[in-house]
Amino acid sequence: MRTMKTYTKEQRARRQNVTAWLLVAPALTFMLVFTVYPIFRSIYLSLTNYKLGMQAPEFAGLANYTKLMGSKLFWKVMGNTLYFALITIVPSMIGGLFLAVLVNRKSRATGFIRTSFFYPAVMPMIAIASIWMFIYMAKNGLFDQMLISLGFEPMNVLSNKKTVLPAMAVMYVWKEAGYLMVFFLSGIQGISEDVMEAARIDGANAWTVFRKITLPLLAPTFLFVSTIALTNSFKLVDHVVIMTEGAPSNASTLLLYYIYQQGFTNFNYGLSSALTTIMLVLLMIVALPRFLSQDKKIHYN
Amino acid sequence: MKKKVALALASTMMVSAAVSGCGNSGRAVAPETKAPENQAETTAASAATEAASKDALHLTFYYPVNVGGDAAKLMEKICADFNKENPDIVVEPVYTGNYDDTVTKIQTAMQGGTPPDVFVSLATQRFTMASTGMAMPLDDLIAADGDEGKAYIDDFLDGFMEDSYVDGKIYSIPFQRSTEILYYNKDAFKEVGLDPEKAPESWDELVEYGQKLTNDNRYGVGIALNSGSAQWTFTGFCLQNSANGENLATEDGKTALFNTPENVEALQFWLDLQNKYKIMAPGIVQWTDLPTQFLAGEVAMIYHTTGNLANISKNADFEFGTAFLPGNKRMAAPTGGGNFYISNGISEDRVQAAWKFIKFATSTECAAQWALDTGYVATRESCFETDLLKKYYEDLPQAKTAYEQIAVSKPELTTYNAAEMWRILNDNIQAAVVGDATAEEALANAQEEADAVLEEYQ
Repeated sequence: MRTMKTYTKEQRARRQNVTAWLLVAPALTFMLVFTVYPIFRSIYLSLTNYKLGMQAPEFAGLANYTKLMGSKLFWKVMGNTLYFALITIVPSMIGGLFLAVLVNRKSRATGFIRTSFFYPAVMPMIAIASIWMFIYMAKNGLFDQMLISLGFEPMNVLSNKKTVLPAMAVMYVWKEAGYLMVFFLSGIQGISEDVMEAARIDGANAWTVFRKITLPLLAPTFLFVSTIALTNSFKLVDHVVIMTEGAPSNASTLLLYYIYQQGFTNFNYGLSSALTTIMLVLLMIVALPRFLSQDKKIHYN
Repeated sequence: MKKKVALALASTMMVSAAVSGCGNSGRAVAPETKAPENQAETTAASAATEAASKDALHLTFYYPVNVGGDAAKLMEKICADFNKENPDIVVEPVYTGNYDDTVTKIQTAMQGGTPPDVFVSLATQRFTMASTGMAMPLDDLIAADGDEGKAYIDDFLDGFMEDSYVDGKIYSIPFQRSTEILYYNKDAFKEVGLDPEKAPESWDELVEYGQKLTNDNRYGVGIALNSGSAQWTFTGFCLQNSANGENLATEDGKTALFNTPENVEALQFWLDLQNKYKIMAPGIVQWTDLPTQFLAGEVAMIYHTTGNLANISKNADFEFGTAFLPGNKRMAAPTGGGNFYISNGISEDRVQAAWKFIKFATSTECAAQWALDTGYVATRESCFETDLLKKYYEDLPQAKTAYEQIAVSKPELTTYNAAEMWRILNDNIQAAVVGDATAEEALANAQEEADAVLEEYQ
């Protein structure tokens, strides 16, 4: 048998390598063309002066960045973006967890209830924003009508600088909670029944089981979900485009909308690329903890 | 906002156009199968057309759709009619989204080396189009047409033709143009004892009427203050308050005149309508909500585009009138909308063909029909002599206001980097409306930001 061996160990390894590369080639090609190349192109363009009608970008060093650092509007936009992230991520995670626990129980209506909660997540943001615009419409909208019927003054929430982002956040949480529910649900169902049962036999009540067993064992899910929620809150822009276009007085201008506006309304591609690069760095920072802490400190089953 | 609604409508229209297109080809099959003896002839004929269109000069035409109605379909019809009349030229219309999308696509196509030959873009884009070399001056083409060329240009309404010039040269031809008028609720006027045939003619009267018309369920005056709309209406107010006719920018488009005392007064007047007289809803009312509120009887007089006339006349369950915008130091209204441009750097025969197409699409009959079908104001004096428009004005006398008002209308805020300037002005107007700044502070801040943007053109 030993004489039948035609390949050395190295040869076999190389063959396997080639097969492996061939298998990842399609995915890799798309990643290079549609992710890696645009990233580097954006970084390059962010260092240039490039506006409408210019034949080629002119190298400008860090001019775009210094311009942004000195711009009041830029800092306002960054503030808005972080504020919006803060008021959407925590509520939507709590909401998602709550829904997951709710629909985890077995009953005949489970399928229907799960679908209902997940439904907003399937709908495109554009559709949701259009619907919620009617809810928030000044005076005639559902929300203002409710206020009026309860004897309050109508608020016209979208035109008030203090209420515009919270109003959008409510809508966003409504959509996002159903989506995050799915991750929490799979996390909960991944927890072994034995542990739960053991706890119950030891006399732990439902709240204790949830607090002492479900929550700690959901830690990896939490980390994953928080990353998703954070990046999503940065990535969504449709609602701003549809509902306010950044009004009033840029109180609802988020980073991505600002990028869009600089690039495709003001046609300042250099500045827009600089903003994109900043966003890219932010998203990488957000994703870093998950990347680093993989298999560390987090309690896997 | 109006852009997005229009976009949504346009995409719906495109779908329906595609569906009806399929329907047509389905029907076309039937007679052919019934009459096979004609088939040879038909094939020969279609082969001939094909050969002709292969030799023909193919022009690419980019156009945005920014209003409701069947604009995209109508545009394709104009092209089809032109192609039928000119077998040696084939104009291929390409729908390119809203105005901003269209500029992006032109830019992309130019960098790819395949610019559209002819396109429709905002009149306010012309400084940028000229300075970046995206569009060419049309004076030589007009001059080559001799007296006919001069008559053609002279026939356009001055209020529209005015914003075709860059440094004295004509860069664009008026096409889809609109203006702002006052819509008022005649029933509400009667109810409070005002003459329903007499709309307010001055700011003082606007306040006086507004105070009479305002009650617990109704505001007297409505102006949309959202981004993209506020700057348009504000142009009108600034002009009404201008003693020497100076507006928000110099005519060469290189200097913004935001914080002049007159303009500060105009913005203060808006704030007074809300806070002092309390005859206008506080906060920011959306452009698209305003007609709805008017139709619901919640606001008695609104500033809105002529493009909304069809909607209002169809849905109003009360008698309504239209009138000139109330003046102050002078009567004035803003115009807006899109013009035809020819790309810079295309071959001479293409330029000639594109010019021929522009003249066709803006011919008296075409322009009149286009105005009638879309709700834009007809761009040429001679359009108003056509039976088509005469009959339209007979049926809907309220429509005539826009035409008459063009005589005192001026272009909206137009500068280099117009889109960015609009945004700066809108943001700062909103800052004043929500109470972040006084009228003076807001416009001073706008001026500062505008100067920074326009610095490179000084």
